[in-house]
Amino acid sequence: MADTVFFVAVGIAVLALLLSGIRFALGPWAVDRTVALDAMTILATSLIVAFALLSGRRIYIDVAMVYGLVGFAGVVAVARYLEGGL
Amino acid sequence: MAGIIGAFVSLIGALFFLLAAIGLLRMPDALNRMQAGTKATTLGSILFLFGIGIMQPDYLGRVFILVVFIVLTNPVSSNALARAAHANRKRIGAVLSPDALADDEARIAAGDRGTAGTKEATHGA
Repeated sequence: MADTVFFVAVGIAVLALLLSGIRFALGPWAVDRTVALDAMTILATSLIVAFALLSGRRIYIDVAMVYGLVGFAGVVAVARYLEGGL
Repeated sequence: MAGIIGAFVSLIGALFFLLAAIGLLRMPDALNRMQAGTKATTLGSILFLFGIGIMQPDYLGRVFILVVFIVLTNPVSSNALARAAHANRKRIGAVLSPDALADDEARIAAGDRGTAGTKEATHGA
């Protein structure tokens, strides 16, 4: 029961990641692509933690933390570049 | 029992992720997409990660640190994205009728170094 519901939740999260990827590919301007990249970073962080639970290795939570840090720094750097302040 | 509760909390978080992705696809311009894509993913990641923490209580400490990190950093990146969209407002096609940030920038460029936001801004008629 719990495993089935959790697999459905992971599937919905992967579907949301794919839809954000469609916006990343379509987005008419660079700002739209960066917004989609921000959402994809949060989704990938959550999915790495879900993979840590499914595979039973808690070291992947540290991987998710580092990925969230790097993704945040990347999004802020690209946004400052688009603003013209970098 | 805890596994079922955690799985349903994760399912609610994943539904917020799906709402955020639909908002990213369907909203008309970059500012609306930023609004839909960052707020809903913040709430969705809180629920999704705490659901995993309820299912596996060994992970709860690190998941709590990760949730605090996401809650602190996602509004910062959202603010930077909003300012980037505002700097490109001629191109993204957004309707910005009362634009206080542009008024402040114009006033500062005109040489008024007073405190921003204290004067009554003359918003569009």
